[in-house]
Amino acid sequence: MKPSRIVITGVGLTAPNGNSLPEFRRNLLNGVAGIERMEIRYMGPQLAGVCHYDALRHQTKKEVRVGTRAGSISVYCAREALADSRIDWAARPKDRVGIYIGCTEHGNVETENEIYNLSKFNYDTKFWSHYHNPRTVANNPAGEASLNLGVTGPAYTIGAACAAGNLGLIHATQMLRLGEVDLAICGGVSESIHTFGIFAGFKSQNALATHADPHKASRPFDLARNGIVVSEGGCLYTLERLEDAQARGAKIYAEIAGYHVNSDASDYVLPNPVRQAECVRASIARAGLTPRDIHIVNTHATATPLGDIQECEAIRAVFGEGCPDTSINNTKSYIGHCMGAAGALELAGNLPSFDDLTVHPTINVDHLDPACALPGLVLNQPRKVAKVDTILNNSFGMLGINSALIVRRFAP
Amino acid sequence: MTKDDCKKLVLDIIADIAPDEDLTNVKPDVRLRDQLQLDSMDFLDIVMELRKRHGIEVPEADYLQLASLDSCANYLTPKFNALSAKS
Repeated sequence: MKPSRIVITGVGLTAPNGNSLPEFRRNLLNGVAGIERMEIRYMGPQLAGVCHYDALRHQTKKEVRVGTRAGSISVYCAREALADSRIDWAARPKDRVGIYIGCTEHGNVETENEIYNLSKFNYDTKFWSHYHNPRTVANNPAGEASLNLGVTGPAYTIGAACAAGNLGLIHATQMLRLGEVDLAICGGVSESIHTFGIFAGFKSQNALATHADPHKASRPFDLARNGIVVSEGGCLYTLERLEDAQARGAKIYAEIAGYHVNSDASDYVLPNPVRQAECVRASIARAGLTPRDIHIVNTHATATPLGDIQECEAIRAVFGEGCPDTSINNTKSYIGHCMGAAGALELAGNLPSFDDLTVHPTINVDHLDPACALPGLVLNQPRKVAKVDTILNNSFGMLGINSALIVRRFAP
Repeated sequence: MTKDDCKKLVLDIIADIAPDEDLTNVKPDVRLRDQLQLDSMDFLDIVMELRKRHGIEVPEADYLQLASLDSCANYLTPKFNALSAKS
């Protein structure tokens, strides 16, 4: 039996440079980055991508106080996606809705905060918060969204390091095809900038970006790149089976065309370009396409010296010189690495290309690293193209998880 | 400390843990849960904040004493005064 066709019908997001898809897209086309200096506990000011959405638009003050930042981002993105989808939410059976949210990690922020709080009370554990467990369970971001929305269907997170945003969409596609739910709210979120541990960890790995100008700090493919800018963010989509979306006359952003997930099984942190290339090839094959048919490749590149080169090696292996219609870009150059939200946000930033036939560039490339020179790389200025029918989004993560997701222009 | 002082301290805590609530007309003799959106976790917050801010311990067996502002004042004022007498 042919699997159901799955379509994207709504987008809700918050990124360091925009709190809606139109604002985010405008900034991607205008070269507007969103990195700032932020005080990080024990470390002092660090470069970070901070979101400035209005949490109280969809939450009470108490929900914000009791919940987590990741939960708040989830609520904001879910509510915005639902509004964008124009679904009649009040009439929708809530037990047929699934929430699938990718996370790189969850619980570090809340645990660090509690330990810091405890340090003010001589480490006496009677001062440990009774909210610690509900805040730190791995399903927290999805659970907070289910509470806020009254969703009684499955609501959980998917831990997949920095591939998680793609995994949210992929898992939702699978659940819709299995008939487990009729509507999926899916994507990824991250609150990672609120934990010093992730900054300190990258610093100890010599993988934390530094630059005098925050907006120039995240510079994938540039010779002077020196590491990751840690960011927070979120992007959730509404996904539906095509027949359901058409029955209600929904606006359709794109159709899920193909995907693949695999594992390197080779190192804790070092990427493996052979497995990455396998992942990308398998996603293209599942979509029934060839590399020549892919019009935009949004790279995962995080601006680490080695990681960028290895992803370029994988892309070169798949696309080589024979794909003249394939443009390649990177979104982290604007917003840093939004961790669990990265894949979902970076896909969103490219969706408008189906309409405006413009590929947003990779910014901050003053001197292209020859090892990252790829045909089709869009540098510093947007590029008008004749055709955008497909977008492939790479997202890779630690412990060697790779994901590639392809969406295509919707054609009935 | 008077009972009115004590009620004000409790209201200050509630203002922080239930920031959406209007506390201008809280009736002292009515159960807090009957006039404010407070759940059991919020009452644990009140217990925690009494501990953190004022060094007051409320054992679980006494939680019912926190039901209304009046009962809070009756129960907590002697504890506050005992603490200040110690210091």
